[in-house]
Amino acid sequence: MIDMAHVVALLICVPLVFAVLIAIIPDDKIRGIIVYIGGITVMAGALYAAYLWLFKLSKAANNTFIEFDLPFNKYFNYATLIGDVVLMVVIIFLSFKHKKHIICLLSLIQTAVVCWVEFKGPKVEECVSMRFDNLTMIMVLIIGIIGSLIGIYAVGYMRGYHVHHKEFKDRRSFFFAMIFVFYAAMFGLVTTQNIMWLEFFWETTSVCSFLLIGYTRTEEAITNCFRALWMNLLGGLGFAVVIIISAYKFDTFNLHDIINGNALTSKYGLICLAALAFAAVSKTALFPFSKWLLGAMVAPTPSSALLHSATMVKAGVYLLIRMSPVMGDTRVGTVISIIGGFTFFASSLLAISQSDGKKVLAYSTISNLGLMVACTGVGNSETMWAAIFLMVFHAVSKSMCFQSVGAIENSTGSRDIEDMQGLMCRLPKLALVLLIGMAGMYLAPFGMLISKWAALKSVVDSDVVFLVLFIAFGSASTMFYWTKWMTKIVGNSEEREKDVTQSNEYISMFVHALIAVCVVASLPIISKKLVLPYIVNATILKFGDITVNPNMYKQFYTELAPLNEGNLKVMVIMIAAVIIVPLFMYFISRGATSKNVVGYMNGINTGDNRHFVDSFGNEKELHVSNWYMEEFFGEKKIFVPAVLIGVILCVILIGVSLYGLGGVR
Amino acid sequence: MQKADIIKIVSILAFIVLAPVLGGLLEGIDRKISARMQRRVGPKITQPFYDVLKLFNKEYISVNKKQLFLLLSHIFFVVFAGGLFFGGYDMLMVFLSLSTASIFMILAASSTHTAYTGVGTVRELVQMMCCEPAELLVAVGFYLASAVGGIHYASLGLANDPSFMVKDLINVDKPAIMYMPGFFIAFVFILTIKFRKSPFDLSTSHHAHQEVVKGLTAEFSGGAYAITEIAEWYEEVMLLGVVALFFVTNNPISYIWAALAVIIVFFLEILIDNTSARVKWDLMFKASWGVILACAGTNLLVLEILPQVLRH
Repeated sequence: MIDMAHVVALLICVPLVFAVLIAIIPDDKIRGIIVYIGGITVMAGALYAAYLWLFKLSKAANNTFIEFDLPFNKYFNYATLIGDVVLMVVIIFLSFKHKKHIICLLSLIQTAVVCWVEFKGPKVEECVSMRFDNLTMIMVLIIGIIGSLIGIYAVGYMRGYHVHHKEFKDRRSFFFAMIFVFYAAMFGLVTTQNIMWLEFFWETTSVCSFLLIGYTRTEEAITNCFRALWMNLLGGLGFAVVIIISAYKFDTFNLHDIINGNALTSKYGLICLAALAFAAVSKTALFPFSKWLLGAMVAPTPSSALLHSATMVKAGVYLLIRMSPVMGDTRVGTVISIIGGFTFFASSLLAISQSDGKKVLAYSTISNLGLMVACTGVGNSETMWAAIFLMVFHAVSKSMCFQSVGAIENSTGSRDIEDMQGLMCRLPKLALVLLIGMAGMYLAPFGMLISKWAALKSVVDSDVVFLVLFIAFGSASTMFYWTKWMTKIVGNSEEREKDVTQSNEYISMFVHALIAVCVVASLPIISKKLVLPYIVNATILKFGDITVNPNMYKQFYTELAPLNEGNLKVMVIMIAAVIIVPLFMYFISRGATSKNVVGYMNGINTGDNRHFVDSFGNEKELHVSNWYMEEFFGEKKIFVPAVLIGVILCVILIGVSLYGLGGVR
Repeated sequence: MQKADIIKIVSILAFIVLAPVLGGLLEGIDRKISARMQRRVGPKITQPFYDVLKLFNKEYISVNKKQLFLLLSHIFFVVFAGGLFFGGYDMLMVFLSLSTASIFMILAASSTHTAYTGVGTVRELVQMMCCEPAELLVAVGFYLASAVGGIHYASLGLANDPSFMVKDLINVDKPAIMYMPGFFIAFVFILTIKFRKSPFDLSTSHHAHQEVVKGLTAEFSGGAYAITEIAEWYEEVMLLGVVALFFVTNNPISYIWAALAVIIVFFLEILIDNTSARVKWDLMFKASWGVILACAGTNLLVLEILPQVLRH
């Protein structure tokens, strides 16, 4: 039997091996097969880790967490240091090549700090480098399953992509290699508790996403990928701050020790908290950093799906969830929740004015991330519960949405929402996947329930009134832009179109749908066995204890259990209502006899509901357009002010922590 | 079974059975008063029932058969929302179900893809966006008010557990309106939109002079249209129930005040309907979000601060 240390080491190393294999194999077919094998291996690894934790280790650890060193831990340590330098070299080389010199500086500072602290800094007590608990398990499953499914989808998609886009150089080897590096970095990021390692994995994801965004090497792609890079590196500076402080003040590199014990008692701990939160804000693309995620959509769809759902942005949310209980007691948390709430509101407004399907998805990601971050900032047990579930459902739904929009674009040649009229008739399978994804985003069982019910319910008790307003108005505009899109898809249209989607793309999408159903169905178990214990542990550990006192655990658990049950009861009702009622109604109404007629168009309907007779007696196509309300919600009008407000909030965040105002609220 | 459960079940059943009767009568009264305001005699008060019966007897013709199950889902969620409300359940859930209901309505309308429903659908979407924040904020307002208006206020110091449950909200010492006048104004404002009254009857109207024919409901006919009518009655009764909730306390006399308030609000809506001209969507949007933010938003701030002031 292999123990957890080996599994985690393999989870980090195996994707890297596959990345190298993929990079050196030029043949498309063989590479495809290797990607499949790699994807399945990663998935199996993640599942095995989950199995090991759930059935073997978690009980022995009293449902709390385990700490362990990797095999060859010392060499991993060297590897992260060397890796840091390699990343720096890559960044310097590319930014000189594309004449973006200033970006080198950000990378230089960060790497210099890491090296200085490692070689010249004070001798810091060695910390156990890995930690595995329920949250880690959830993250590992998201990365391993959703992530590798996206990889499998990408094999078929990229074939079609290069048939449609002959103008771009075929660099698929590189593309898939990067995807696998991404898995490795994300696995490392969610399992480590050593801040030095965390910084390395964090920077790796930044660089990977930078390379993926720049895939097509068009002028736009290069501008956007460098924007993504500098914004993420700027956020990464937060880690430099934390590393210096933790080395000189706290004598530990253990993330949990830095945050849990110190943030509530010492000024430096608070600065660490704010610095990490700042890094997370840039990674989750909240305002003022939203532009990088919007720019990321120039890349082929699988990489968007990857960045938006399983990896990258989820790294930021993950870190914030880790800090959530502590943030809940500080003003840093208040500012973070305002940044999140504001982003939720502003980007849901911006989504209204977009007709490009991918752009709507991008804004909705930002908006949803805003909500998650707002929940983590409030930091009570209910909001943490909401944040974790929001993250899980967002990963599944958003990945589905992106994949189906990508496949729709390959089939119809457009991803504009206006061209999706009657997709349900034209490409029923893809439309169904998209509808399920959308429903997951904003309808029950989850999206709407969480964004309104759980979030509002828990936020009301916090001392941030703004948040209630942001959520109330934001959820109104969220409903608007999703329903608007939905009406296009379920509408009437002409005959079927040719579906060029490849079978592996469908496999990925249907497995996603299946996962969505499974997650919904097993929700009571996930909530009770995974999420609730995690929240209880985190709440206890925030006071700086190293282990969880079983009595305390019991007491907290009994206190929090009603929340669980109450939420679940509502959840079951909503699931029943939103899924079963329409189905039931469908079957009872199926037998109704109706005379089919054409729609009313003042008598000039030519007979198919899609054309009318114009004033010259000619037949003209009828086009019923959605509203985009540019003059209210256009990017020109809202985006710059939103970024400015974001900048102000970030300045407040830094100020609050520096001047010691951030203490216990 | 406990007494509370019996009351709960009876009131839900009463809502399901009586709401359409009451809603139909209200519409009849509405038509009568409107007619008198316009110096007409107007139809009988029971006329809406005959209309709906006639609709059911008509041949069912449709542009897209999908609309029937979407409309049935719509009416289910409206009744569900009302049942939750009168059964004393969570206010947020009530409004959540109501929003779900409107989504089904919108999907039913848009499934036909014709010019008039198309315009009506988008306008309905805007109307939904205008109302949504007020509904959610009113639920939050009741929650906060229950903390100040309940036991907490009486004994000054012992905090009453605030609640979203309607059954707790009717058990307060002081009427909610004392603490949430701003929310009340915002709610009455969006009621004009919800009841499809001029000046905000953009997506579909009860008046004959609508420029997009029947807009949202243009392609519903026969039984399908009858269903939308009945759903509207249910919704109207439920929303007037929310108006009443602003005035209800644990003192039985308060129900008289509540009934009076409902009658006044109902009359006010008819008066507004008959004295104003339809506006464009952008004005409706600005006005409703402005009113909600100014009234409900300010009220919310006050409610957040009030308990802290009272404590000192």
